[in-house]
Amino acid sequence: MVKVRVWGSLAEFTEGQTEVEIKADTLRDLLDGLAGKYPGLRPQLERGISVAIDGRVYNDSWFTPISEDSEVVLLRRLKGG
Amino acid sequence: MSQIHVKTTINGDVTEFLCEAEDTLLDVLRDRLGMTGSKEGCGTGDCGACSVTVDGRLVCSCLMLGAEAEGREVATIEGMATGDQLHPLQQKFIEMAALQCGICTPGILVAAKSLLEKNPDPTEEEVRYWLAGNLCRCTGYDKIIRAVMETAADLRRAS
Amino acid sequence: MALDSSDKSRTFKVVGTRPLRPDGIDKVTGRARFGADIVAPGMLTGRVLRSPHAHARIVKIDTAKARALPGVKAVVTRADFGTVPDAVADILDNCMAGDKALYDGHAVAAVAASSAAVARKALRLIEVEYEVLPHVSDVDAAMQPGAPVLHAGRQDETVPEGYSQNVMSRVEFGHGDIDKGLAEADRVVERTYRTGATHQGYIEPHACLATMGPDGQADLWGCTQGHYMVRNTCAAILGMEQGQLRVTASEIGGGFGGKTTVFLEPVALMLSKLAGRPVKMVMTRSEVLRATGPTSSSSIDIKLGMTRDGRITAGYAQLRYQGGAYPGSPVDMGSMSAFAPYDLENVKTVGFDVVTNRPKAAAYRAPGAPMAAFAVESAVDELAKGFGLDPLEVRLKNAAREGTLASYGPTFPAIGLEATLEAAKAHPHWGAPLGENQGRGVACGFWFNFGGDTCVTLNITPDGTVTVSEGNPDIGGSRASMTMMAAEELGIPYDKVRTIIADTGSLGQNEVTDGSRVTFAVGLATIEAARNAKREMCKRAAMVWGIDEEAVEWVDGAARPAGPNAGKHDPMTLKEIAAIASNTGGPIAGHYEVNAEGAGVSFGTHMVDVEVDPDTGSTKILRYTVFQDAGKAVHPAYVEGQFQGGAVQGIGWALNEEYIYGEDGILQNAGFLDYRIPVASDLPMIDTVILEIANPGHPYGVRGVGETPIVPPLAAIANAVSAAAGVRMTDLPMSPPRVLAAIQGQKGA
Repeated sequence: MVKVRVWGSLAEFTEGQTEVEIKADTLRDLLDGLAGKYPGLRPQLERGISVAIDGRVYNDSWFTPISEDSEVVLLRRLKGG
Repeated sequence: MSQIHVKTTINGDVTEFLCEAEDTLLDVLRDRLGMTGSKEGCGTGDCGACSVTVDGRLVCSCLMLGAEAEGREVATIEGMATGDQLHPLQQKFIEMAALQCGICTPGILVAAKSLLEKNPDPTEEEVRYWLAGNLCRCTGYDKIIRAVMETAADLRRAS
Repeated sequence: MALDSSDKSRTFKVVGTRPLRPDGIDKVTGRARFGADIVAPGMLTGRVLRSPHAHARIVKIDTAKARALPGVKAVVTRADFGTVPDAVADILDNCMAGDKALYDGHAVAAVAASSAAVARKALRLIEVEYEVLPHVSDVDAAMQPGAPVLHAGRQDETVPEGYSQNVMSRVEFGHGDIDKGLAEADRVVERTYRTGATHQGYIEPHACLATMGPDGQADLWGCTQGHYMVRNTCAAILGMEQGQLRVTASEIGGGFGGKTTVFLEPVALMLSKLAGRPVKMVMTRSEVLRATGPTSSSSIDIKLGMTRDGRITAGYAQLRYQGGAYPGSPVDMGSMSAFAPYDLENVKTVGFDVVTNRPKAAAYRAPGAPMAAFAVESAVDELAKGFGLDPLEVRLKNAAREGTLASYGPTFPAIGLEATLEAAKAHPHWGAPLGENQGRGVACGFWFNFGGDTCVTLNITPDGTVTVSEGNPDIGGSRASMTMMAAEELGIPYDKVRTIIADTGSLGQNEVTDGSRVTFAVGLATIEAARNAKREMCKRAAMVWGIDEEAVEWVDGAARPAGPNAGKHDPMTLKEIAAIASNTGGPIAGHYEVNAEGAGVSFGTHMVDVEVDPDTGSTKILRYTVFQDAGKAVHPAYVEGQFQGGAVQGIGWALNEEYIYGEDGILQNAGFLDYRIPVASDLPMIDTVILEIANPGHPYGVRGVGETPIVPPLAAIANAVSAAAGVRMTDLPMSPPRVLAAIQGQKGA
């Protein structure tokens, strides 16, 4: 299981938890797992998110590997100017 | 209404054109003569991107009518280099990274050349006030001011 | 991709030098072609009719008289566009209003005509019947339950009950326990800060030239930060296939985030489609200010607790940003970045995205971060000064560093904040004496930096020179940087490489030039493309030598046998290998396509001295120094240029610039005379100090540098002005009347 930190306003859709556990080997597993376990997150997942894995930010690379001891943090989709 | 026939000199070349009474000199340069080096940033004389000289005087070509060029000598950025020899200001701007996007660069070069012709030894403050009518949003002006000062120093040494 | 080597002794031959930029001569001679500098045979002029109302239902548009005017070749309203995918619905609505005009300047119709004069006349003949609606332009007013509503029923699931439907979404970040942290503080500052809406202020107005044929193929030329984005967005809006629309990026006269979306482009394409002729559209400055950009105005509450020895015990911010007429203000980025420079046990930010009757906010350099930093860094300064502490020492004491749990979630890898603070402390500026009515301010800033989809193709020509094709418009010298990285990697001189910005038909998808991503991501792809070309060239040399390709290595611009076992062969230079490419398998190229990840975050610290005239409230910037981590400065002159330009945009935001709306909701200062950006005589030189803390996610250690420089100045200048004026300034811009009123209010108190 991978521990995933979600930002505060998403905790409402994760039974109040700011850290949830998902079984995942890749980013794609993680996103699917989150949507399956917490359907309330789906609108935000569909709007797009970024994910920091061990301090490095990923957007869409499905097959980015995630290990059990990875630090995984959901972020608002980053946008710049 | 028929168009106005104008005979003028642009960068030393005798040039004739037809224009509407309402056309600005900038409209004429860009749209009728294909000289797009002068830029329109505002159309109200606030940004200086369209700077040219008319009879040696620095003007915003967006604030002057094309018809008013009759019998005048207009100088634009296209006439600043001599053949393949860049003007020292042009060369210095490239060397000192005094441009980023480059949209304000033609107007600033025309204005800076006009300054150095009048005042070959300007202070930093004089350069800053002379160029206060030329907006640049990229550089913060630092490298532009330095390039103008350095060029002035080079030209003084050479003369 | 990882940093090649953490060995600090790595020496670069080209990277880190200051060669002349390849587009320099075109730009100093007037030859460079920007958005408005091109013509096409049979070209028409397109112009847009805009709403004179802040909020109005569009009851009817009658275009008959305009269509009947000789010389008018097409008229477009929203009715000409079909239903579009949700992802581009707001973008289309912003380009051409549907049921409602949502702000002063909102496009409602457009014409294409034989001349600009005919087009202008045609606009006057279009009859629009409006039902004027109540409007709201202030962010706090728009959040109130009784406020006029722009969009009913579009609020997302994150907004609690009790807010106006103008509140589109709510975000929350942080960790720890704010109340506990505040209770541990010796002092808590609690204030509200406000910032005005500012425009990116690029000197080149939006411009494009569209040509669409009856076969459905189209070409578009124009100034944009991302021509691939333009292609994809316009194709979606017009119901075209992306492959049928080729977009070519002109030179771009500044963007700063403001050219990361479309305004004229879909309209020009539709006009061209209907007229069967090329259509050129160029905005006036007034149109640019009324209908493009700007960034959000903001209203921010801060609670910050500190112990008397300078430890921050808790930081709380509630941020309210209005993003104009559509959802999508950068309040999420503001909420994530607000406390990023600090290592905090207790931190929380709450952000509200609010719509108002103003132009749709576009990205502006580190979108959302400068306002948040203004609020937080002002509060840090106030507490530090209240305790008589050195503001740099307080920041060092609380500074985020490698291993800090960032306020927005992840743990920081190697970062450069402390290095910038130490450099600031050691700089002569810090100890320089100040005179009467003068004050000094410091502030820190942070930006995320991005990567994203990127393609580079590098071709070896038959004579052994190199061309690099990339897909990101060059705003500030990035072609020079790509050329340098290619030359570095190939081991050949800078002047043997030329980099061009390819059109959308030539490369795969490229993310927009934004997020300070280009030198990082396109640089990374350039390096990898060069490495692929080197592998191919080693293979060709191996064929000639009759040895295994693994036995060949590339050193200093030539293939060489790798080690004594490979046999004795004279090195083959790139030029020699290129000359026999046809004999050894054909032309040689390297290419690389990637969704680039591993962008390194960037921190900066700014220091500024000001003098405030107590009789007029006018502020003069006396001295300014920027300290920022660049990871690795590829072309230091252009890194300095980013620092200087960002600082000066921040100076404008802090002192002069703001959108001014009247009671009628009409923008009152839609021109450069009244929307006053900094001019040369307002400013001193902007000194810069480049720090280089390698980004572990780039082969050379490069971090983006473009956006961070606009984050600290608002706060740094507010801290300096507050010190000089003797009164804490909490509202931007700190225009003379506002500062004077604060000084007089202080005296009266």
